[in-house]
Amino acid sequence: MTVSGPIGIEEARATAALRGRRQRRGEVALAAALLAPSLAVFGVFTFYPLLRTIWLGFFLQDPFGLRSRWVGLDQYRDVLGSADFLNSLEVTFLFALYTVPTSLAAGLALAVLADQHLPGMRIFRTIFASTVATSVAVASLLWLVLLQPSAGLINQFLDAIGRDPVDLLNDPDTALPAVAATTVWQNLGVVFIVTLAAMQSIPEVLHESAKVDGHGTWSRFRHITLPMLGPQLLFLTVVLTINAFQSFGQIDILTEGGPSESTNVLVYSLVQTLPIDPGRAAAQAVVLFVVIGVLSFVQFKWLDRRVHYG
Amino acid sequence: MADLARRARWRRRLSIGARYLLLVVVAALVLFPIYAAVMVSQKPLTALGDLDVLVPDSPDLGGFADAFDDSNMTRYLLNSLIVSVLITAGQVVTSILAGYAFAALRFPAKAALFYLFLATLMVPGEVNIVVNLETIQRLGWIDSYQALVVPFLAFAVGTFLLRQAFLGIPQDLRDAAAMDGYGHWGFLTRVAVPLARPTIAGLSVFSFLLAWNQYLWPLVVTNDDDFRTVQIGLRALRDEAGSNLNLLMSATILASLPILVVLVLFERQLIRGLTAGSIKG
Repeated sequence: MTVSGPIGIEEARATAALRGRRQRRGEVALAAALLAPSLAVFGVFTFYPLLRTIWLGFFLQDPFGLRSRWVGLDQYRDVLGSADFLNSLEVTFLFALYTVPTSLAAGLALAVLADQHLPGMRIFRTIFASTVATSVAVASLLWLVLLQPSAGLINQFLDAIGRDPVDLLNDPDTALPAVAATTVWQNLGVVFIVTLAAMQSIPEVLHESAKVDGHGTWSRFRHITLPMLGPQLLFLTVVLTINAFQSFGQIDILTEGGPSESTNVLVYSLVQTLPIDPGRAAAQAVVLFVVIGVLSFVQFKWLDRRVHYG
Repeated sequence: MADLARRARWRRRLSIGARYLLLVVVAALVLFPIYAAVMVSQKPLTALGDLDVLVPDSPDLGGFADAFDDSNMTRYLLNSLIVSVLITAGQVVTSILAGYAFAALRFPAKAALFYLFLATLMVPGEVNIVVNLETIQRLGWIDSYQALVVPFLAFAVGTFLLRQAFLGIPQDLRDAAAMDGYGHWGFLTRVAVPLARPTIAGLSVFSFLLAWNQYLWPLVVTNDDDFRTVQIGLRALRDEAGSNLNLLMSATILASLPILVVLVLFERQLIRGLTAGSIKG
Protein backbone atom coordinates (compact mmCIF):
# COMPACT_ATOMS: atom_id res chain seq x y z
CA MET A 1 0.00 0.00 0.00
CA THR A 2 2.28 2.74 -1.25
CA VAL A 3 -0.32 5.33 -1.88
CA SER A 4 -1.86 6.16 1.42
CA GLY A 5 -5.27 7.68 1.35
CA PRO A 6 -7.20 8.95 4.28
CA ILE A 7 -7.39 6.15 6.78
CA GLY A 8 -11.16 6.32 7.08
CA ILE A 9 -11.66 5.39 3.40
CA GLU A 10 -9.25 2.46 3.57
CA GLU A 11 -11.07 1.09 6.55
CA ALA A 12 -14.44 1.57 4.96
CA ARG A 13 -13.25 -0.30 1.86
CA ALA A 14 -11.98 -3.18 3.93
CA THR A 15 -15.19 -3.56 5.89
CA ALA A 16 -17.26 -3.22 2.69
CA ALA A 17 -15.29 -6.08 1.11
CA LEU A 18 -15.76 -8.15 4.22
CA ARG A 19 -19.44 -7.40 4.32
CA GLY A 20 -19.67 -8.21 0.61
CA ARG A 21 -18.11 -11.60 1.13
CA ARG A 22 -20.35 -12.36 4.07
CA GLN A 23 -23.35 -11.18 2.10
CA ARG A 24 -22.42 -13.40 -0.81
CA ARG A 25 -22.04 -16.40 1.47
CA GLY A 26 -25.44 -15.55 2.93
CA GLU A 27 -26.87 -15.39 -0.58
CA VAL A 28 -25.57 -18.87 -1.42
CA ALA A 29 -27.06 -20.27 1.78
CA LEU A 30 -30.38 -18.58 1.06
CA ALA A 31 -30.38 -19.88 -2.52
CA ALA A 32 -29.73 -23.40 -1.24
CA ALA A 33 -32.63 -23.10 1.20
CA LEU A 34 -34.99 -21.76 -1.47
CA LEU A 35 -34.07 -24.43 -4.01
CA ALA A 36 -34.01 -27.32 -1.55
CA PRO A 37 -37.74 -28.22 -1.60
CA SER A 38 -37.92 -28.37 -5.40
CA LEU A 39 -34.59 -30.17 -5.72
CA ALA A 40 -35.65 -32.77 -3.15
CA VAL A 41 -38.87 -33.55 -5.03
CA PHE A 42 -37.15 -33.63 -8.43
CA GLY A 43 -34.34 -35.74 -7.04
CA VAL A 44 -36.57 -38.39 -5.52
CA PHE A 45 -39.36 -38.49 -8.13
CA THR A 46 -37.69 -37.49 -11.41
CA PHE A 47 -33.92 -38.04 -11.55
CA TYR A 48 -33.43 -41.01 -9.23
CA PRO A 49 -36.25 -43.01 -10.91
CA LEU A 50 -34.93 -42.19 -14.39
CA LEU A 51 -31.48 -43.57 -13.53
CA ARG A 52 -32.86 -46.56 -11.64
CA THR A 53 -35.26 -47.37 -14.47
CA ILE A 54 -32.33 -47.62 -16.89
CA TRP A 55 -30.48 -49.77 -14.33
CA LEU A 56 -33.48 -52.08 -13.73
CA GLY A 57 -33.71 -52.66 -17.47
CA PHE A 58 -30.43 -54.57 -17.24
CA PHE A 59 -31.95 -57.20 -14.93
CA LEU A 60 -34.10 -60.14 -15.83
CA GLN A 61 -36.69 -61.00 -13.21
CA ASP A 62 -37.85 -64.58 -12.73
CA PRO A 63 -41.60 -65.07 -13.07
CA PHE A 64 -42.14 -64.94 -9.30
CA GLY A 65 -40.19 -61.72 -8.88
CA LEU A 66 -37.94 -63.35 -6.30
CA ARG A 67 -34.55 -63.14 -7.91
CA SER A 68 -33.21 -60.97 -10.63
CA ARG A 69 -30.25 -61.69 -12.85
CA TRP A 70 -28.00 -59.25 -14.70
CA VAL A 71 -28.52 -59.70 -18.44
CA GLY A 72 -27.00 -56.46 -19.70
CA LEU A 73 -28.56 -55.20 -22.90
CA ASP A 74 -30.33 -58.49 -23.62
CA GLN A 75 -33.62 -57.37 -22.14
CA TYR A 76 -33.58 -54.14 -24.13
CA ARG A 77 -32.79 -56.11 -27.28
CA ASP A 78 -35.59 -58.52 -26.42
CA VAL A 79 -38.11 -55.70 -25.95
CA LEU A 80 -37.08 -53.96 -29.17
CA GLY A 81 -37.39 -57.17 -31.17
CA SER A 82 -40.66 -58.45 -29.69
CA ALA A 83 -43.80 -58.51 -31.80
CA ASP A 84 -45.81 -56.92 -28.97
CA PHE A 85 -43.51 -53.95 -28.77
CA LEU A 86 -43.39 -53.41 -32.52
CA ASN A 87 -47.18 -53.53 -32.61
CA SER A 88 -47.43 -50.99 -29.79
CA LEU A 89 -44.92 -48.74 -31.51
CA GLU A 90 -46.87 -48.87 -34.76
CA VAL A 91 -50.19 -48.26 -33.00
CA THR A 92 -48.75 -45.29 -31.11
CA PHE A 93 -47.27 -43.76 -34.28
CA LEU A 94 -50.62 -44.16 -36.02
CA PHE A 95 -52.36 -42.60 -33.05
CA ALA A 96 -50.05 -39.57 -33.23
CA LEU A 97 -50.59 -39.39 -37.00
CA TYR A 98 -54.37 -39.47 -36.56
CA THR A 99 -54.47 -36.92 -33.74
CA VAL A 100 -51.71 -34.31 -34.17
CA PRO A 101 -52.35 -32.83 -37.66
CA THR A 102 -56.14 -32.98 -37.26
CA SER A 103 -56.05 -31.32 -33.82
CA LEU A 104 -53.82 -28.54 -35.17
CA ALA A 105 -55.94 -27.93 -38.27
CA ALA A 106 -59.26 -28.01 -36.43
CA GLY A 107 -58.08 -25.87 -33.50
CA LEU A 108 -56.55 -23.36 -35.90
CA ALA A 109 -59.79 -23.20 -37.89
CA LEU A 110 -61.67 -22.42 -34.68
CA ALA A 111 -59.17 -19.65 -33.88
CA VAL A 112 -59.60 -18.11 -37.36
CA LEU A 113 -63.38 -18.17 -36.87
CA ALA A 114 -63.13 -16.55 -33.45
CA ASP A 115 -60.61 -13.90 -34.51
CA GLN A 116 -63.30 -11.47 -35.71
CA HIS A 117 -64.77 -8.39 -34.15
CA LEU A 118 -68.44 -9.25 -33.78
CA PRO A 119 -70.72 -8.74 -30.80
CA GLY A 120 -71.09 -11.85 -28.65
CA MET A 121 -67.74 -13.28 -29.75
CA ARG A 122 -66.82 -13.92 -26.10
CA ILE A 123 -69.45 -16.65 -25.88
CA PHE A 124 -68.11 -18.43 -28.94
CA ARG A 125 -64.56 -18.16 -27.62
CA THR A 126 -65.60 -19.73 -24.31
CA ILE A 127 -67.36 -22.57 -26.17
CA PHE A 128 -64.36 -23.23 -28.42
CA ALA A 129 -62.01 -23.22 -25.44
CA SER A 130 -64.32 -25.40 -23.35
CA THR A 131 -62.79 -28.78 -24.16
CA VAL A 132 -59.62 -27.69 -22.36
CA ALA A 133 -61.57 -28.24 -19.15
CA THR A 134 -62.24 -31.91 -19.84
CA SER A 135 -60.01 -34.59 -18.42
CA VAL A 136 -59.13 -37.62 -20.47
CA ALA A 137 -61.60 -39.70 -18.45
CA VAL A 138 -64.39 -37.17 -18.90
CA ALA A 139 -63.76 -36.74 -22.63
CA SER A 140 -63.70 -40.50 -23.18
CA LEU A 141 -66.92 -41.04 -21.25
CA LEU A 142 -68.71 -38.15 -23.01
CA TRP A 143 -67.93 -39.79 -26.32
CA LEU A 144 -69.28 -43.07 -25.03
CA VAL A 145 -72.74 -41.50 -25.41
CA LEU A 146 -72.06 -41.54 -29.14
CA LEU A 147 -69.98 -44.69 -29.46
CA GLN A 148 -71.64 -47.13 -27.05
CA PRO A 149 -73.01 -50.02 -29.14
CA SER A 150 -76.46 -50.60 -27.58
CA ALA A 151 -77.66 -47.18 -26.41
CA GLY A 152 -75.10 -44.94 -28.18
CA LEU A 153 -76.37 -42.17 -30.44
CA ILE A 154 -74.45 -43.23 -33.54
CA ASN A 155 -76.32 -46.51 -33.64
CA GLN A 156 -79.63 -44.79 -32.81
CA PHE A 157 -79.03 -42.56 -35.79
CA LEU A 158 -78.06 -45.45 -38.07
CA ASP A 159 -81.15 -47.30 -36.93
CA ALA A 160 -83.35 -44.29 -37.68
CA ILE A 161 -82.09 -44.11 -41.26
CA GLY A 162 -82.39 -47.86 -41.67
CA ARG A 163 -78.73 -48.85 -41.60
CA ASP A 164 -77.02 -51.67 -39.72
CA PRO A 165 -75.54 -50.81 -36.34
CA VAL A 166 -71.79 -50.49 -35.96
CA ASP A 167 -69.49 -51.19 -33.04
CA LEU A 168 -66.63 -48.80 -33.77
CA LEU A 169 -64.71 -49.53 -30.55
CA ASN A 170 -64.91 -53.27 -31.12
CA ASP A 171 -63.69 -53.41 -34.69
CA PRO A 172 -59.90 -53.60 -35.21
CA ASP A 173 -60.20 -51.33 -38.25
CA THR A 174 -62.11 -48.51 -36.55
CA ALA A 175 -61.20 -48.71 -32.84
CA LEU A 176 -58.05 -46.59 -33.08
CA PRO A 177 -59.60 -43.87 -35.29
CA ALA A 178 -62.60 -43.75 -32.94
CA VAL A 179 -60.37 -43.27 -29.88
CA ALA A 180 -58.35 -40.71 -31.87
CA ALA A 181 -61.54 -38.72 -32.57
CA THR A 182 -62.15 -38.33 -28.84
CA THR A 183 -58.57 -37.11 -28.38
CA VAL A 184 -58.79 -34.61 -31.25
CA TRP A 185 -61.94 -33.20 -29.68
CA GLN A 186 -60.19 -32.93 -26.31
CA ASN A 187 -57.19 -31.18 -27.93
CA LEU A 188 -59.34 -28.53 -29.65
CA GLY A 189 -59.44 -26.24 -26.62
CA VAL A 190 -55.73 -25.92 -26.03
CA VAL A 191 -54.86 -25.48 -29.74
CA PHE A 192 -57.61 -22.87 -30.02
CA ILE A 193 -56.44 -20.91 -26.96
CA VAL A 194 -52.77 -20.85 -27.92
CA THR A 195 -53.30 -20.00 -31.61
CA LEU A 196 -55.98 -17.37 -30.95
CA ALA A 197 -53.75 -15.60 -28.42
CA ALA A 198 -50.95 -15.57 -30.98
CA MET A 199 -53.24 -14.31 -33.76
CA GLN A 200 -54.39 -11.43 -31.62
CA SER A 201 -50.82 -10.36 -31.02
CA ILE A 202 -50.19 -9.99 -34.78
CA PRO A 203 -50.05 -6.21 -35.46
CA GLU A 204 -53.23 -5.07 -37.20
CA VAL A 205 -51.14 -2.90 -39.52
CA LEU A 206 -49.74 -5.98 -41.30
CA HIS A 207 -53.22 -7.08 -42.36
CA GLU A 208 -54.22 -3.52 -43.26
CA SER A 209 -51.29 -2.92 -45.56
CA ALA A 210 -51.73 -6.33 -47.21
CA LYS A 211 -55.39 -5.44 -47.80
CA VAL A 212 -54.29 -2.20 -49.45
CA ASP A 213 -51.98 -4.24 -51.68
CA GLY A 214 -55.02 -6.23 -52.79
CA HIS A 215 -54.44 -9.48 -50.86
CA GLY A 216 -57.62 -11.44 -50.12
CA THR A 217 -58.54 -13.29 -46.95
CA TRP A 218 -56.89 -16.56 -47.94
CA SER A 219 -53.72 -14.87 -49.17
CA ARG A 220 -53.42 -12.90 -45.94
CA PHE A 221 -53.95 -16.08 -43.89
CA ARG A 222 -51.36 -17.95 -45.94
CA HIS A 223 -48.71 -15.22 -46.01
CA ILE A 224 -49.20 -13.33 -42.73
CA THR A 225 -51.15 -15.33 -40.13
CA LEU A 226 -49.61 -18.74 -40.73
CA PRO A 227 -45.95 -17.60 -40.75
CA MET A 228 -46.53 -15.43 -37.67
CA LEU A 229 -47.96 -18.46 -35.85
CA GLY A 230 -44.84 -20.52 -36.60
CA PRO A 231 -43.44 -20.66 -33.06
CA GLN A 232 -46.82 -21.57 -31.55
CA LEU A 233 -47.51 -24.26 -34.16
CA LEU A 234 -44.07 -25.74 -33.56
CA PHE A 235 -44.68 -25.72 -29.80
CA LEU A 236 -48.10 -27.34 -30.22
CA THR A 237 -46.82 -29.97 -32.66
CA VAL A 238 -44.16 -31.10 -30.22
CA VAL A 239 -46.48 -31.01 -27.18
CA LEU A 240 -49.32 -32.85 -28.92
CA THR A 241 -46.94 -35.49 -30.27
CA ILE A 242 -45.52 -36.06 -26.79
CA ASN A 243 -49.08 -36.27 -25.45
CA ALA A 244 -50.00 -38.81 -28.12
CA PHE A 245 -47.01 -40.94 -27.12
CA GLN A 246 -48.09 -40.72 -23.46
CA SER A 247 -51.74 -41.52 -24.12
CA PHE A 248 -53.22 -44.03 -21.73
CA GLY A 249 -56.53 -42.93 -20.20
CA GLN A 250 -58.61 -42.93 -23.37
CA ILE A 251 -57.38 -46.45 -24.21
CA ASP A 252 -57.93 -47.66 -20.65
CA ILE A 253 -61.53 -46.41 -20.61
CA LEU A 254 -62.65 -47.02 -24.18
CA THR A 255 -60.92 -50.14 -25.52
CA GLU A 256 -58.47 -51.63 -22.98
CA GLY A 257 -55.96 -52.11 -25.75
CA GLY A 258 -58.24 -54.21 -27.92
CA PRO A 259 -59.74 -55.47 -30.11
CA SER A 260 -56.88 -57.81 -31.03
CA GLU A 261 -54.25 -55.34 -29.76
CA SER A 262 -55.27 -52.72 -32.32
CA THR A 263 -55.22 -49.94 -29.70
CA ASN A 264 -52.47 -51.27 -27.44
CA VAL A 265 -50.32 -48.11 -27.29
CA LEU A 266 -46.87 -48.05 -25.66
CA VAL A 267 -47.93 -46.74 -22.24
CA TYR A 268 -50.90 -49.11 -22.03
CA SER A 269 -48.64 -52.05 -22.77
CA LEU A 270 -46.10 -50.76 -20.21
CA VAL A 271 -48.72 -50.51 -17.46
CA GLN A 272 -49.93 -54.03 -18.24
CA THR A 273 -46.39 -55.40 -17.98
CA LEU A 274 -45.66 -53.51 -14.74
CA PRO A 275 -47.23 -55.86 -12.16
CA ILE A 276 -46.09 -59.00 -14.00
CA ASP A 277 -42.50 -58.12 -14.83
CA PRO A 278 -41.12 -54.82 -13.49
CA GLY A 279 -37.72 -55.38 -15.11
CA ARG A 280 -39.23 -55.68 -18.56
CA ALA A 281 -41.54 -52.73 -17.83
CA ALA A 282 -38.44 -50.70 -16.95
CA ALA A 283 -36.84 -51.60 -20.28
CA GLN A 284 -40.07 -50.60 -22.05
CA ALA A 285 -40.07 -47.30 -20.15
CA VAL A 286 -36.51 -46.51 -21.22
CA VAL A 287 -37.37 -47.26 -24.85
CA LEU A 288 -40.42 -44.98 -24.53
CA PHE A 289 -38.21 -42.23 -23.11
CA VAL A 290 -35.75 -42.54 -26.00
CA VAL A 291 -38.52 -42.59 -28.61
CA ILE A 292 -40.15 -39.45 -27.19
CA GLY A 293 -36.77 -37.72 -26.85
CA VAL A 294 -35.66 -38.51 -30.41
CA LEU A 295 -39.03 -37.51 -31.84
CA SER A 296 -39.08 -34.16 -30.02
CA PHE A 297 -35.49 -33.48 -31.08
CA VAL A 298 -36.17 -34.29 -34.74
CA GLN A 299 -39.33 -32.17 -34.77
CA PHE A 300 -37.48 -29.22 -33.25
CA LYS A 301 -34.55 -29.51 -35.67
CA TRP A 302 -36.68 -30.06 -38.72
CA LEU A 303 -39.44 -27.57 -37.99
CA ASP A 304 -37.33 -24.91 -36.33
CA ARG A 305 -35.65 -24.09 -39.65
CA ARG A 306 -39.05 -23.40 -41.16
CA VAL A 307 -40.23 -21.22 -38.32
CA HIS A 308 -39.99 -17.46 -38.46
CA TYR A 309 -39.42 -15.88 -35.06
CA GLY A 310 -40.86 -12.37 -35.25
CA MET B 1 -75.35 6.27 -55.70
CA ALA B 2 -77.90 5.61 -52.96
CA ASP B 3 -78.66 2.32 -54.63
CA LEU B 4 -75.01 1.30 -54.48
CA ALA B 5 -74.75 2.18 -50.80
CA ARG B 6 -77.88 0.21 -50.02
CA ARG B 7 -76.56 -2.78 -51.89
CA ALA B 8 -73.24 -2.58 -50.02
CA ARG B 9 -75.09 -2.36 -46.74
CA TRP B 10 -77.13 -5.42 -47.63
CA ARG B 11 -74.08 -7.37 -48.63
CA ARG B 12 -72.47 -6.44 -45.33
CA ARG B 13 -75.50 -7.59 -43.35
CA LEU B 14 -75.64 -10.81 -45.31
CA SER B 15 -71.98 -11.48 -44.69
CA ILE B 16 -72.38 -10.84 -40.97
CA GLY B 17 -75.38 -13.17 -40.92
CA ALA B 18 -73.41 -15.87 -42.72
CA ARG B 19 -70.53 -15.49 -40.29
CA TYR B 20 -72.85 -15.89 -37.28
CA LEU B 21 -74.47 -18.91 -38.91
CA LEU B 22 -71.08 -20.53 -39.39
CA LEU B 23 -70.08 -19.75 -35.79
CA VAL B 24 -73.30 -21.22 -34.42
CA VAL B 25 -72.98 -24.41 -36.48
CA VAL B 26 -69.35 -24.93 -35.48
CA ALA B 27 -70.10 -24.17 -31.81
CA ALA B 28 -72.93 -26.73 -31.91
CA LEU B 29 -70.56 -29.34 -33.35
CA VAL B 30 -67.93 -28.68 -30.67
CA LEU B 31 -70.51 -28.79 -27.89
CA PHE B 32 -72.42 -31.78 -29.23
CA PRO B 33 -70.83 -34.50 -27.03
CA ILE B 34 -71.38 -32.32 -23.94
CA TYR B 35 -74.96 -31.52 -24.96
CA ALA B 36 -75.73 -35.17 -25.62
CA ALA B 37 -74.28 -36.17 -22.26
CA VAL B 38 -76.33 -33.55 -20.41
CA MET B 39 -79.51 -34.73 -22.15
CA VAL B 40 -78.78 -38.39 -21.46
CA SER B 41 -78.01 -37.66 -17.82
CA GLN B 42 -81.43 -36.06 -17.34
CA LYS B 43 -83.52 -38.80 -18.90
CA PRO B 44 -84.81 -41.92 -17.19
CA LEU B 45 -83.15 -45.13 -18.24
CA THR B 46 -86.21 -46.15 -20.27
CA ALA B 47 -85.82 -43.14 -22.55
CA LEU B 48 -82.39 -44.29 -23.75
CA GLY B 49 -82.18 -46.13 -27.02
CA ASP B 50 -84.06 -43.48 -28.95
CA LEU B 51 -82.93 -40.29 -30.68
CA ASP B 52 -85.67 -38.43 -28.82
CA VAL B 53 -83.30 -38.48 -25.89
CA LEU B 54 -81.69 -35.41 -27.45
CA VAL B 55 -84.85 -33.34 -27.11
CA PRO B 56 -84.87 -31.28 -23.91
CA ASP B 57 -87.64 -32.34 -21.54
CA SER B 58 -88.46 -31.71 -17.92
CA PRO B 59 -85.25 -32.97 -16.32
CA ASP B 60 -85.22 -36.19 -14.35
CA LEU B 61 -82.32 -35.92 -11.96
CA GLY B 62 -82.49 -39.57 -10.89
CA GLY B 63 -79.14 -40.28 -12.52
CA PHE B 64 -77.46 -37.68 -10.32
CA ALA B 65 -79.11 -39.08 -7.21
CA ASP B 66 -77.98 -42.57 -8.24
CA ALA B 67 -74.44 -41.32 -8.82
CA PHE B 68 -74.31 -40.14 -5.21
CA ASP B 69 -76.22 -43.09 -3.72
CA ASP B 70 -74.87 -46.07 -5.66
CA SER B 71 -71.29 -44.99 -5.87
CA ASN B 72 -68.65 -43.35 -3.78
CA MET B 73 -69.04 -40.11 -5.75
CA THR B 74 -68.98 -37.79 -2.73
CA ARG B 75 -65.76 -39.40 -1.52
CA TYR B 76 -64.19 -39.28 -5.02
CA LEU B 77 -64.99 -35.59 -5.43
CA LEU B 78 -63.72 -34.75 -1.95
CA ASN B 79 -60.48 -36.67 -2.59
CA SER B 80 -59.89 -34.87 -5.86
CA LEU B 81 -60.52 -31.53 -4.19
CA ILE B 82 -58.12 -32.24 -1.30
CA VAL B 83 -55.40 -33.58 -3.58
CA SER B 84 -55.70 -30.80 -6.17
CA VAL B 85 -55.70 -28.00 -3.60
CA LEU B 86 -52.65 -29.45 -1.84
CA ILE B 87 -50.76 -29.91 -5.12
CA THR B 88 -51.64 -26.39 -6.28
CA ALA B 89 -50.61 -24.76 -2.99
CA GLY B 90 -47.41 -26.79 -2.86
CA GLN B 91 -46.43 -26.00 -6.44
CA VAL B 92 -47.08 -22.29 -5.95
CA VAL B 93 -44.92 -22.17 -2.81
CA THR B 94 -41.98 -24.17 -4.18
CA SER B 95 -42.13 -22.26 -7.47
CA ILE B 96 -42.05 -18.89 -5.69
CA LEU B 97 -39.04 -19.95 -3.64
CA ALA B 98 -37.05 -21.47 -6.50
CA GLY B 99 -38.12 -18.77 -8.97
CA TYR B 100 -36.84 -16.09 -6.62
CA ALA B 101 -33.52 -17.84 -6.15
CA PHE B 102 -33.02 -18.01 -9.93
CA ALA B 103 -34.15 -14.41 -10.47
CA ALA B 104 -32.48 -12.51 -7.65
CA LEU B 105 -29.63 -14.44 -6.06
CA ARG B 106 -26.08 -15.13 -7.12
CA PHE B 107 -24.78 -18.62 -6.41
CA PRO B 108 -22.48 -21.16 -8.03
CA ALA B 109 -23.76 -23.45 -10.83
CA LYS B 110 -26.89 -21.29 -11.23
CA ALA B 111 -27.23 -21.82 -14.98
CA ALA B 112 -26.60 -25.57 -14.66
CA LEU B 113 -29.22 -25.88 -11.92
CA PHE B 114 -31.72 -23.91 -13.99
CA TYR B 115 -31.23 -26.28 -16.91
CA LEU B 116 -31.61 -29.19 -14.50
CA PHE B 117 -35.03 -27.80 -13.53
CA LEU B 118 -36.03 -27.43 -17.18
CA ALA B 119 -34.74 -30.94 -17.89
CA THR B 120 -37.46 -32.35 -15.62
CA LEU B 121 -39.94 -31.29 -18.32
CA MET B 122 -38.26 -33.71 -20.73
CA VAL B 123 -38.94 -36.73 -18.52
CA PRO B 124 -42.52 -37.95 -18.92
CA GLY B 125 -44.07 -39.26 -15.72
CA GLU B 126 -45.01 -42.46 -17.55
CA VAL B 127 -41.32 -43.31 -17.95
CA ASN B 128 -40.69 -43.07 -14.20
CA ILE B 129 -43.77 -44.96 -13.16
CA VAL B 130 -42.00 -48.27 -12.54
CA VAL B 131 -39.57 -46.89 -9.98
CA ASN B 132 -41.91 -44.28 -8.50
CA LEU B 133 -44.42 -47.01 -7.74
CA GLU B 134 -41.63 -48.98 -6.06
CA THR B 135 -40.70 -45.89 -4.00
CA ILE B 136 -44.30 -45.37 -2.89
CA GLN B 137 -44.59 -49.03 -1.92
CA ARG B 138 -41.37 -48.86 0.11
CA LEU B 139 -42.59 -45.76 1.92
CA GLY B 140 -45.83 -47.59 2.68
CA TRP B 141 -47.76 -44.83 0.97
CA ILE B 142 -50.05 -46.91 -1.24
CA ASP B 143 -53.61 -45.66 -0.62
CA SER B 144 -52.66 -42.35 0.99
CA TYR B 145 -52.87 -38.66 0.18
CA GLN B 146 -49.07 -38.39 0.39
CA ALA B 147 -48.73 -40.73 -2.57
CA LEU B 148 -51.10 -38.58 -4.62
CA VAL B 149 -49.55 -35.23 -3.64
CA VAL B 150 -45.86 -35.38 -2.71
CA PRO B 151 -44.41 -36.40 -6.12
CA PHE B 152 -45.97 -33.25 -7.64
CA LEU B 153 -44.79 -30.67 -5.12
CA ALA B 154 -42.24 -29.16 -7.52
CA PHE B 155 -43.02 -27.78 -10.97
CA ALA B 156 -40.47 -26.50 -13.47
CA VAL B 157 -43.04 -24.53 -15.48
CA GLY B 158 -44.10 -22.69 -12.31
CA THR B 159 -40.49 -21.97 -11.36
CA PHE B 160 -39.85 -20.62 -14.86
CA LEU B 161 -42.96 -18.40 -14.87
CA LEU B 162 -42.18 -16.92 -11.45
CA ARG B 163 -38.56 -16.36 -12.35
CA GLN B 164 -39.76 -14.35 -15.36
CA ALA B 165 -42.18 -12.39 -13.19
CA PHE B 166 -39.51 -11.60 -10.58
CA LEU B 167 -37.01 -10.59 -13.28
CA GLY B 168 -39.58 -8.07 -14.49
CA ILE B 169 -39.53 -6.16 -11.19
CA PRO B 170 -37.57 -2.91 -11.69
CA GLN B 171 -34.20 -2.65 -9.97
CA ASP B 172 -35.33 0.69 -8.47
CA LEU B 173 -37.88 -1.10 -6.33
CA ARG B 174 -35.23 -3.52 -5.13
CA ASP B 175 -32.96 -0.61 -4.22
CA ALA B 176 -35.75 1.24 -2.47
CA ALA B 177 -36.61 -1.85 -0.44
CA ALA B 178 -32.93 -2.25 0.50
CA MET B 179 -32.89 1.38 1.67
CA ASP B 180 -35.86 0.59 3.88
CA GLY B 181 -33.85 -2.21 5.42
CA TYR B 182 -35.57 -5.14 3.71
CA GLY B 183 -33.41 -8.17 3.18
CA HIS B 184 -34.17 -10.76 0.49
CA TRP B 185 -36.87 -12.43 2.56
CA GLY B 186 -38.65 -9.16 3.34
CA PHE B 187 -38.43 -8.08 -0.28
CA LEU B 188 -39.76 -11.44 -1.49
CA THR B 189 -42.75 -11.59 0.84
CA ARG B 190 -43.74 -7.90 0.87
CA VAL B 191 -42.83 -6.69 -2.61
CA ALA B 192 -42.05 -9.46 -5.09
CA VAL B 193 -44.91 -11.86 -4.32
CA PRO B 194 -47.64 -9.17 -4.31
CA LEU B 195 -46.29 -7.84 -7.62
CA ALA B 196 -46.27 -11.34 -9.14
CA ARG B 197 -49.92 -11.95 -8.24
CA PRO B 198 -51.16 -12.24 -11.86
CA THR B 199 -48.53 -14.88 -12.60
CA ILE B 200 -49.33 -16.72 -9.38
CA ALA B 201 -53.05 -16.69 -10.26
CA GLY B 202 -52.35 -18.10 -13.73
CA LEU B 203 -50.08 -20.79 -12.31
CA SER B 204 -52.65 -21.73 -9.67
CA VAL B 205 -55.43 -22.27 -12.20
CA PHE B 206 -53.10 -24.23 -14.48
CA SER B 207 -51.79 -26.41 -11.64
CA PHE B 208 -55.29 -27.09 -10.32
CA LEU B 209 -56.48 -28.15 -13.78
CA LEU B 210 -53.55 -30.51 -14.28
CA ALA B 211 -53.92 -31.97 -10.79
CA TRP B 212 -57.68 -32.46 -11.05
CA ASN B 213 -57.36 -34.21 -14.41
CA GLN B 214 -54.56 -36.65 -13.50
CA TYR B 215 -55.26 -40.21 -14.50
CA LEU B 216 -52.42 -42.73 -14.62
CA TRP B 217 -50.66 -41.94 -11.34
CA PRO B 218 -53.76 -42.01 -9.09
CA LEU B 219 -54.80 -45.22 -10.84
CA VAL B 220 -51.51 -46.92 -10.01
CA VAL B 221 -51.07 -45.81 -6.38
CA THR B 222 -54.61 -46.39 -5.12
CA ASN B 223 -56.48 -49.65 -4.65
CA ASP B 224 -58.82 -48.56 -1.88
CA ASP B 225 -62.00 -46.88 -3.04
CA ASP B 226 -61.64 -44.35 -0.20
CA PHE B 227 -58.54 -42.84 -1.77
CA ARG B 228 -59.63 -42.84 -5.39
CA THR B 229 -59.82 -39.50 -7.12
CA VAL B 230 -62.86 -38.74 -9.22
CA GLN B 231 -61.12 -39.62 -12.52
CA ILE B 232 -60.37 -43.12 -11.27
CA GLY B 233 -63.83 -43.29 -9.74
CA LEU B 234 -65.28 -42.66 -13.20
CA ARG B 235 -63.27 -45.55 -14.56
CA ALA B 236 -64.61 -47.84 -11.85
CA LEU B 237 -68.13 -46.60 -12.54
CA ARG B 238 -67.73 -47.30 -16.25
CA ASP B 239 -67.10 -50.95 -15.41
CA GLU B 240 -69.92 -51.13 -12.88
CA ALA B 241 -72.57 -49.13 -14.71
CA GLY B 242 -72.24 -50.99 -18.01
CA SER B 243 -74.78 -49.57 -20.41
CA ASN B 244 -76.47 -47.46 -17.73
CA LEU B 245 -75.46 -44.34 -19.61
CA ASN B 246 -77.66 -42.05 -17.61
CA LEU B 247 -75.87 -42.83 -14.33
CA LEU B 248 -72.50 -42.72 -16.08
CA MET B 249 -73.16 -39.34 -17.70
CA SER B 250 -74.45 -37.86 -14.45
CA ALA B 251 -71.20 -38.89 -12.76
CA THR B 252 -69.15 -37.55 -15.68
CA ILE B 253 -70.87 -34.17 -15.49
CA LEU B 254 -70.37 -34.05 -11.72
CA ALA B 255 -66.67 -34.74 -12.25
CA SER B 256 -66.33 -31.84 -14.68
CA LEU B 257 -68.40 -29.26 -12.77
CA PRO B 258 -65.59 -28.04 -10.48
CA ILE B 259 -63.31 -27.54 -13.48
CA LEU B 260 -66.08 -25.78 -15.38
CA VAL B 261 -66.51 -23.39 -12.46
CA VAL B 262 -62.75 -22.75 -12.40
CA LEU B 263 -62.76 -22.16 -16.16
CA VAL B 264 -65.64 -19.69 -16.09
CA LEU B 265 -64.30 -17.77 -13.08
CA PHE B 266 -60.64 -17.73 -14.08
CA GLU B 267 -60.68 -17.99 -17.88
CA ARG B 268 -58.30 -15.06 -18.27
CA GLN B 269 -55.79 -16.42 -15.74
CA LEU B 270 -55.92 -19.85 -17.32
CA ILE B 271 -55.31 -18.47 -20.80
CA ARG B 272 -52.37 -16.51 -19.46
CA GLY B 273 -51.02 -19.66 -17.86
CA LEU B 274 -51.49 -21.74 -21.00
CA THR B 275 -50.06 -19.19 -23.41
CA ALA B 276 -47.18 -17.90 -21.29
CA GLY B 277 -45.09 -20.98 -21.99
CA SER B 278 -45.57 -20.80 -25.73
CA ILE B 279 -45.44 -17.07 -26.34
CA LYS B 280 -42.97 -15.63 -23.89
CA GLY B 281 -40.85 -18.78 -23.89
